[in-house]
Amino acid sequence: MEFIGYFGAVFEPAAFGLLLVGTIGGLILGATPGLSPTMAVALLIPFTFQLAPAHGLILLGAAYTSTVAGGAVSAILLKIPGAPANIATTLDGHEMAKQGRGAEALQLSFLASAVGGVFGVLLLIFLTPVLARWALAFGPSHLFWLAILGVTVIGSLDSRSVVKGLLSGCIGLWLATIGFDDIMGAQRFIFHPALGGGINIIAALIGLFAIPQVLNMFAKGRQPLGGEVIKVQPHSLGASMRELFRRPRALSIGTMTGSIIGLIPGVGGQIAGLVAYDQARKFSSERDKFGTGHSEGVIAAESANNAMVGPSLVPLLTLSIPGSPTAAVLLGGLLIHGIFPGPDLFNNYPDVAWTFINSMLIGQILMCIFGLYIAGLAARVAQVPQSVMAAVVLGLAVFGSYSVQSSMGDVYVMAALGVMMFFLERFGFSAAPLVLGLILGPIAEANFIQGSMIANATDGLAVYFFSGTLNIVLIATVVLSIVYSAWMEIRTRRFIEKQEAMA
Amino acid sequence: MSRLQHVIPSGIVALVGLWVAYISYTAQPAEAFLFPRLISTVFVVLSLWTFGKACLGWSRVGQGLSREMLVNLVPGLLVALVYIFWAARTVGFYTSTTVAFFILLSLYDPAPHSEVRSWIRRIIITAGFMAVMYGLFAQLLRVYTPREVFF
Repeated sequence: MEFIGYFGAVFEPAAFGLLLVGTIGGLILGATPGLSPTMAVALLIPFTFQLAPAHGLILLGAAYTSTVAGGAVSAILLKIPGAPANIATTLDGHEMAKQGRGAEALQLSFLASAVGGVFGVLLLIFLTPVLARWALAFGPSHLFWLAILGVTVIGSLDSRSVVKGLLSGCIGLWLATIGFDDIMGAQRFIFHPALGGGINIIAALIGLFAIPQVLNMFAKGRQPLGGEVIKVQPHSLGASMRELFRRPRALSIGTMTGSIIGLIPGVGGQIAGLVAYDQARKFSSERDKFGTGHSEGVIAAESANNAMVGPSLVPLLTLSIPGSPTAAVLLGGLLIHGIFPGPDLFNNYPDVAWTFINSMLIGQILMCIFGLYIAGLAARVAQVPQSVMAAVVLGLAVFGSYSVQSSMGDVYVMAALGVMMFFLERFGFSAAPLVLGLILGPIAEANFIQGSMIANATDGLAVYFFSGTLNIVLIATVVLSIVYSAWMEIRTRRFIEKQEAMA
Repeated sequence: MSRLQHVIPSGIVALVGLWVAYISYTAQPAEAFLFPRLISTVFVVLSLWTFGKACLGWSRVGQGLSREMLVNLVPGLLVALVYIFWAARTVGFYTSTTVAFFILLSLYDPAPHSEVRSWIRRIIITAGFMAVMYGLFAQLLRVYTPREVFF
C-alpha cells in the first residue's frame, strides 16, 4: 500500500494542471482520426524536457489514457475510429448515434472506459511491485533473452507477416548499434556526421510514428472529410450510469479481457476491443441486438480498450521491456530524464513511479468527467481536414525533434527514418517491432556483452545463455510466439485463398 | 500489387542486410562488433528469405503503391523534404515552416482554389499555427532555432 503515500503529489498545482492539460488535450487528439495514441504521446515528449520527471510522465500518461478514450467520440459520431482501439466501438456506437442516442453512447463509452481504466491501473498498482521483486533475480542472460523476447513477440504478433515483423525488429536492433561502442569506443556504422552520437530515440520515435501518418494523409490527396457529425440530443447521465451497471456481464467481460490482453506484449487495444466485443456478444442474452445500436457493444469495447492501458505498462515498469509501441514511447520519456525502469525503479525512484501510476488512476476519473463535457468540441476537431492535420503534425515533428538537443542532425534522422518507414509499411513491414528493436537494442547488447564476459570466465557461452530454467522458459516463449504467429499467418492465408476460390 | 513492387523494397532491405553483415564481420576491433555480428546474421537470413519470396511471387502482405497515390504524394513529399533538408537551416525555422505549412495546406485542402474565402482561411490557419508554435517553442520551451533570414 506504499502507493497511497504518493497521492498528495498528484494534487500539487503543477502536477494536477499537467494532468488536466494531458487529459483534455488527449481527448481532443484522440478524437482526431489519423492521430494515434502512440503518435500523440511521441509528439508530446519534447514538451516534457523542462519538466520534473514525475510531471513529464503525468503529462504523457494522461495523454495516453485519454487519447484511447477520445477515439470513441469520432467512432460514435463520425463512424471513423479515432484510433485502431476504437474500431469495435463504431459497430454499435455509431448505430446508437444514428438512432438519436449519440449522447447515451458517448456517456456509456466514457463511463465504461473509466471503469475499465481504473481496474487496469489497479492491476498495474498491485502487480508491478510483485513482479519487480521477482525480476531482481534476473541476471544478464535472462535480461538479454527478455529484450529479444520483447522484439520477437511484437515482431510476430503485431505484424501481418511474421518474417517481415521479425525483420523490422532486426532493422531496429541494427539501428541501435549505430554510433560509438560503449566498451571499446569504436565507431560503428557512422556514415553521416549526424549519426556520430547514435540515433536519438525521441527523434526516431517522432519520425517513425508521425511522418508515415503525414505521408499517408498526403497520399490520399485533396480528400473531403468522409463522415458527417451526427447531432447529439441531451441525455440523462444518471440513466446512462444505471444502464452501465444493468449490464455487468458486458462490463466485466470487457474489463477482464482488456486487462489480460494488456499484459501480453504486442497485442494492443484493437485486439482487446474486438475480442471483448465478440465475447460479450457470445455471452449476451440479447446477442441478436449487437450491431444494431446495442449498449452492451459499446460498454464491452470501451471498457476493454481502456482496461489494457494499465497492464500494458507492467512489463515496462518491472522488466524495462515495453509491451506496446506507446509503452516504448513512454520508455523514451523516462530515459530522457535519466530514469531507467526495471526492478530497481521502485527502490531508486519511488516518488516518480508511484506519482505517475497514481496520476493514471486519477486521470481515468478526469477523463470520464471531461470526456462527457467536451465530446462535442472533440467531434468538431475531428472534422479538421487532413491537409491541416498533416501540415500541423509535420511542423510539430520538425520542431519537436530539433528541440531534443537543438540539433539539425536529429531532424534529418527523424525525416529519413519517417520516409523510410512510410515506404516499408506499404510493403508489410511494421514500425512497432522496429521501435522496440531500437529501444531494446542497447539493453540486449549490454547484457549480451556482460553475459559473454561471465560465460568466458565460467562454463562458456552455450551453457550460460542456454541452460537454467528461466533461460529455457524465455527461449521457449520466443520460439512459441514465432511458431504460433507463423501458424496463424498460414491459417489466415489459407482461409483467404479458400474465400477467393469460392468467390 | 505487382511482383516487382515487392522485389524492389525487399531487394533494398537484403542489400542493407548484406552490407551490415559485411561491415560487422570485417571491421575492427572485432569485440566491438560482436553484437552487430549476431544481429546481422539473423538480418541477412530474414532479408534473403523475404527477397526470395518476393522473387517467387509469394509476397502478399502490404498495400503497395498505386499510381494515383504517388501522384498525390510526390508534391507534398517534395515540399516536406525541401523544407526539412534545406529551407529550415538556410531560411530559418519559423520562415520556412510558415511557407511550407501554407504550401502544403494549399496543395491538399479540399476547399476550391478559386474561392477568395478559402485563401483567407488558409492564411488565418497558417498565422494561427505559427503563433502557437512560436509561443510553445520560443517562449515556453526556450528552444533556440537557426537564425532567420528576415529577422
